[in-house]
Amino acid sequence: MTAAQLEIQAIAVCAAVACAVPGSFLVLRRMSLMSDAIAHSMLLGIVLAFYVVRSLQSPLLVVAAALTGVATVALVEAVAKTQLVREDAAIGLVFPLLFSVAVVLIARLPSGVHLDADVVLLGELAFAPYERWIAFGWDLGPKALWVTGTILVLNVAFVTAFFKELEVTTFDPGLAAALGMSPVVFHYGLMGVVSVSAVGAFDAVGAVLVIALLIVPPSAAYLLTDRLQSMILVAAATGALSAIAGFWLAHWLDASIAGSMASAAGILFLLALLFAPDRGLVAAARRRARRRWEFAHTMLAIHLFHHEGTPQAARESSMRHLGESLRWNDDFRERAVAGAAERGLVTRHDGRLTLTDAGRDLARRAVVR
Amino acid sequence: MDLLGWWSDYTLRTVALGTATIGATAGVLGSFAVLRRQSLLGDTISHAALPGIALAFLLTGTKALPVLIAGAAVAGWLGARAAGGLTSVTRLKSDAALGVVLSVFFGFGLMLLTFIQRRPDATQAGLDTFLFGQAAALLQRDVVAMAAVGAAAVSLVALFWKEIKVQTFDPGFAASIGLPVARLDLLVTTLLVAAIVIGLESVGVVLMSALVVAPAAAARQWTDHLSGMVVLAAAFGAVSGASGALISASARHLPTGPVVVLCASLIVVVSLLAAPARGVVIRRARDRRARRRFGTRAVLSDLYALARQHDDPEHAHAAAVLEAMSGGRSGVRGDLEELERRGMARRAGDDGWFITDAGRARAERELEETS
Repeated sequence: MTAAQLEIQAIAVCAAVACAVPGSFLVLRRMSLMSDAIAHSMLLGIVLAFYVVRSLQSPLLVVAAALTGVATVALVEAVAKTQLVREDAAIGLVFPLLFSVAVVLIARLPSGVHLDADVVLLGELAFAPYERWIAFGWDLGPKALWVTGTILVLNVAFVTAFFKELEVTTFDPGLAAALGMSPVVFHYGLMGVVSVSAVGAFDAVGAVLVIALLIVPPSAAYLLTDRLQSMILVAAATGALSAIAGFWLAHWLDASIAGSMASAAGILFLLALLFAPDRGLVAAARRRARRRWEFAHTMLAIHLFHHEGTPQAARESSMRHLGESLRWNDDFRERAVAGAAERGLVTRHDGRLTLTDAGRDLARRAVVR
Repeated sequence: MDLLGWWSDYTLRTVALGTATIGATAGVLGSFAVLRRQSLLGDTISHAALPGIALAFLLTGTKALPVLIAGAAVAGWLGARAAGGLTSVTRLKSDAALGVVLSVFFGFGLMLLTFIQRRPDATQAGLDTFLFGQAAALLQRDVVAMAAVGAAAVSLVALFWKEIKVQTFDPGFAASIGLPVARLDLLVTTLLVAAIVIGLESVGVVLMSALVVAPAAAARQWTDHLSGMVVLAAAFGAVSGASGALISASARHLPTGPVVVLCASLIVVVSLLAAPARGVVIRRARDRRARRRFGTRAVLSDLYALARQHDDPEHAHAAAVLEAMSGGRSGVRGDLEELERRGMARRAGDDGWFITDAGRARAERELEETS
């Protein structure tokens, strides 16, 4: 692994973890798509700032991008507040407008200016190690690493410092207001953090895939845990893992690092969806299958118990008749009876079934319940 | 540019008709998306279509538009179903489900696109036009194909109009009268996918979602009837598409997709502000009138109460007293002037006011009405 490869991965991990932390709150607050709006609208901030300072290197571009992010949130809320359109439609109206203005402005730039919508939008991490920060003749490493690293530290500091407030305003805004925490202040604080993170992740993954880092790892974590702290930690770990796996996937395919990171995050999300303990699709399917057999065994026990000691007992307990009265096909009947025998609920002699004590007990309990 | 000359210009006519078709179809299907609170489903579908375009090229090796569009449709459809599935089988809410599908599908598509671009056989040029759209590349036969898809989608909506309407506004009721709710939902989603993918090449993945939301949201402001809304949305979409294409052709360096979106946004802004009954302007005016009416009534009844405590009917009371009586509400002086104009109060001195006979009669009538 070369130094440049290591640096790219470090930048990607910083960006991913920095996004996963505030992203967890976005997912919990049902505001995931606000990040889509923020990420797209930032382009306008960058272009407008460029028109003012005429340089792509100026830190003003970053500031303007972050401010546009917060302004987008305010604009979406202002439109939604008119109650003429719902909030989802408001998002869908505001960001394409701002984004279109930005694309038109970029197209009107004199040719020769290197500001392409698709570079900002799609990002190109592969070149990040070549933009180095050199102070007093010392090479301090890639600029992007400093930017994403700083944002990571700021985000972790913000969430640690205001954890209680963020938690309460997220889960119970009414209680938060009653306790004297302003939900509005923390809402805009969080949106500011999201905007800054999105700006920082620009270099790493581009505007569109910022949303992949903000939403996908926290969503995967949400499937895995029930506690806010562990959700944030799992999201951060998932983000870091997506960054590293995405880098090597891109290396192997010679494809976009940003796209590969989003794909890797998607694969991790899919794994969480399938294999999460208790809530995963596999666990749920197995639970359903187990319940189905348990129910069949109980039905069998009740059926036998009901006819025990009656004149029809011999007929009703024959294997052949069983299928008809419980409406089971032959295959299901064989497997259900075998399973029940294995659990020690019934015994089987010459095609006749007899309840054991355990089976009788189960039937009695099931009927009473 | 000669405003009528565009019809004789083949390229311009093709592009304008194409974008108008896209806008009209998206307007119709977008109406249902907006009413179902699924405005951002369009955003997810258009982003999710990207890997379909790339895979269609990888698998067939052709850049023929119908093949790529078919790929886009399959991927977009899968994305829409995946987002729906995620909300029903997990505890993720729809915003997170849409966000996950949008970003993962788009990222996967981007990975495939860059993978294709860096292959040595580089016949891929043009695939990335799908990101931002390139309306100038439209051919007449593309427009005919789009119009055919659009017409088919709109006719299906017309065919199942009543069912879709019931299912949109009251899914519970629709299920209770035996409508196949799940299949209707599938139909509407599929048609929405069709409406979106025909626009991808001209408007682009990133901005196509705007054409789903904007015309429908604008149309909603002007009418309370579904049929009116759908027709208006189609018209708004068509107008945005055509005018966007014409404006972008009138100057250099004006990309079509964004200009179309700007036109649609302009219609939205005008609708939000100026629509009768719902618009912000009319509502502001109505609020002000209501406040004034309420204010003058309150001030009049205060004046009446004051007058009853004095023998002299023309005993003046300071405006400050009346302000204090209405709890320090601002606008009391304005209300007094309004009453003066209507002959119910009269000024005495610089700052004194008293109630007239007409005002007294009015106040008594209002007291009777409210008691």
